[in-house]
Amino acid sequence: MKKSFVSILAVGAAATLALTGCSAGGGSGSESDTIKVAYQKFGAFVQVDNHMKAVKEAFEAEHEGITVELVPIEAQENDYATKLALMNRSAATAPDIMYVDTFRVQPDSDAGYLAPLDEYTAEWSDWDNFYENAKSAGLGSDGKTYGIPMGTDTRALWYNKDLFAEAGLPVPFEPKTWQDVLDAAATIKAELPDVIPLNVYSGKAQGEAASMQGFEMLLYGTEDTLYDADSQKWVLGSQGFIDSLGFIEDVYQGGLGPTPEQALDKNVGNLVSSEWLPQGTLAMDLDGSWLSGTWIDGGTAPWPEWNDVMGQAAMPTQEGQAPGATSMSGGWTLAMGADSANKDAAWDLIALALNKENSQAYDIAASQIAVRSDVSEDPTYQEANPTFGFFSEIVEFTHFRPATSDYAQISSEITVAMEAVMTGQQTPEEAAAAYDEAVIGIVGEDATTSAE
Amino acid sequence: MSAPTTARQNDRLGREKPSPRPRRPHAATHRSFLRAVPLLPAVILLAVFLLGPVISSFYGSLTDSSLSGASAQDSRFVGLDNYSALFADADFPKSILLTLLFLVASAIVGQNVLGLGLALLMRSSNRVVRSLVGTLVVTAWVLPEIVAAFAAYAFFNDSGTLNNMLGAVGIDGPNWLYTLPMLSVILANVWRGTAFSMLVYAAALQDVPPEITESAEVDGAHGWQRLIFITIPMIRRSISTNLMLTTLQTLSVFTLIFVMTGGGPGTDSSTLPVLAYQEAFQFGQLGFGTAIATIMLLVGAVFSIAYIRVLKPEVD
Repeated sequence: MKKSFVSILAVGAAATLALTGCSAGGGSGSESDTIKVAYQKFGAFVQVDNHMKAVKEAFEAEHEGITVELVPIEAQENDYATKLALMNRSAATAPDIMYVDTFRVQPDSDAGYLAPLDEYTAEWSDWDNFYENAKSAGLGSDGKTYGIPMGTDTRALWYNKDLFAEAGLPVPFEPKTWQDVLDAAATIKAELPDVIPLNVYSGKAQGEAASMQGFEMLLYGTEDTLYDADSQKWVLGSQGFIDSLGFIEDVYQGGLGPTPEQALDKNVGNLVSSEWLPQGTLAMDLDGSWLSGTWIDGGTAPWPEWNDVMGQAAMPTQEGQAPGATSMSGGWTLAMGADSANKDAAWDLIALALNKENSQAYDIAASQIAVRSDVSEDPTYQEANPTFGFFSEIVEFTHFRPATSDYAQISSEITVAMEAVMTGQQTPEEAAAAYDEAVIGIVGEDATTSAE
Repeated sequence: MSAPTTARQNDRLGREKPSPRPRRPHAATHRSFLRAVPLLPAVILLAVFLLGPVISSFYGSLTDSSLSGASAQDSRFVGLDNYSALFADADFPKSILLTLLFLVASAIVGQNVLGLGLALLMRSSNRVVRSLVGTLVVTAWVLPEIVAAFAAYAFFNDSGTLNNMLGAVGIDGPNWLYTLPMLSVILANVWRGTAFSMLVYAAALQDVPPEITESAEVDGAHGWQRLIFITIPMIRRSISTNLMLTTLQTLSVFTLIFVMTGGGPGTDSSTLPVLAYQEAFQFGQLGFGTAIATIMLLVGAVFSIAYIRVLKPEVD
């Protein structure tokens, strides 16, 4: 009996060795004349796909013998991040270039998935045209540059002027407090019962869209914050956190939003931009500056009248406290895989994709706020989209997400708290307490501070 | 400690020395080893594909491995931290209860009882009914899981087939997937899995010799008595095998629940596989998710041992 057990172990060990040998061999075998580019493509979001197709053509014409392999990953934001991380775990599947959200640059560089780009940017004359704050969004925790920003964004309330006029609400809509927003939603509910008054992304299925477009747009308009950057501690037990969850509760349990079931559908983002807003079944939407990218010429749901129908209002602070409005900014970058077999060619592709001309084309197509001074000052860019002016103005109120490696996990906990509240399973106080406990579990008690 | 060992060694040496057949045990070992050689490929395959993943899953559950961040590169050994965090997590006991509810209601009660009932009824029905019912039931089994899941989603959805049918007779049906998520996924799993039990039982019932049932009938046993005292004990082995297979299959049902409710609303239908997926691949905590998967392995093992013990399939 003992002998057979030992022999099984020996066999197991031998097999493990053999398998390890295989995987190590597989890693070094990737072709250096192919550059693999991984990015997200989901529903109405096709702008990176279009951009990369154009860049691929230009690059292959310029570099003979190098093939650009495009790997569009069709998944919602968080699923995209998961699939990309799984690809990155093995050198055999890792892409050479990838499309990475700024808040994932730090954890992904800590994980060893990304290659530092400093030696390339040092010799890249275009780099001086990038704004400093945009450059810092691509830094890893070691201070090196890992991501080259493609554009940035801000968030605000989009509202349907026709529906507002029909419900007897003033246009332009200029809410001063959260209550003004909820009151307008209640008026719409009373006057236009078939219309969804207000959409605020919420719940686990929406991932980062729920934490950033939803929760943080509320929290950063209260007296409290998520993370104290000076002491580098996460803020727990704050009234602002409970009040923000209270707003979510008012919207979903008060019947002012989509039904919780609609809101928990992974596809709701596509529904909002391609159906609900163009068809006039949603009156207000707390969403990103990029939204019009779906409706402009070349978008997935062209809507020529969009600028006549849709208005924008800055999201007010909770009680109207200074500075009166709030916003959140993020943005995406192009990064290089740490195991890329042909880093020089990969860099050439990134530099081509984000030169002045291509950055401008992408920022216009995807309705991004430019991060290059030569693009934002270009009249063609300024005139391309009538909302660029509004969304660039609210940059003055904007906030950035905590630049730490733990943010991604904590963001997930925020969506858990939102879902518990929007489905009525927990009160805002209970959900906030559960969140506090989860954050302590992630970063440890020492990295947190109490709001009092 | 050393004294008894030496004594035993001396004892053994003393016994072996005068023995006239010192080589025989050696030869026997040699022969049995030679005989085991043809088993080697099978043992290697088992070790690589069954034992390997179990060991690596268990080891993974003792690390802080994650999808991103520093611990994706060098994961640390954290001992039982994942397990203690798991048992402190309020979602976990709820998830265990939901898993057991799903298991008992859809596999043990639903699929087995319904499958046996259908098999019994089909034995005494005519050929047309038999082939019609058989085809309908097996259709659900033939569908790939993802197709069955979408079909069930379309059926239970707020504006789906079920509510349309209820609406036709004037009943305003609830939003099944949202208000009654567990009931919906249990019914869907019963629908999908009953065919398997029915086929197993139909085959088992054919092996019950008709003369035994007939003699029981002559002795005055009614239908129920014949079922409980004759048929069920005679198909005991099939019941045990079938219970084990459906239990293990149901324990690992993921696609059906994930497509229909996504484990929600909130955590109201997060069974262990859905919870493990969520922790590992949505929240990126691979080690923590693996700990949940290991617990699932234990739950499956407990059920399997219970079935083998209680129904004693090997003794007749």
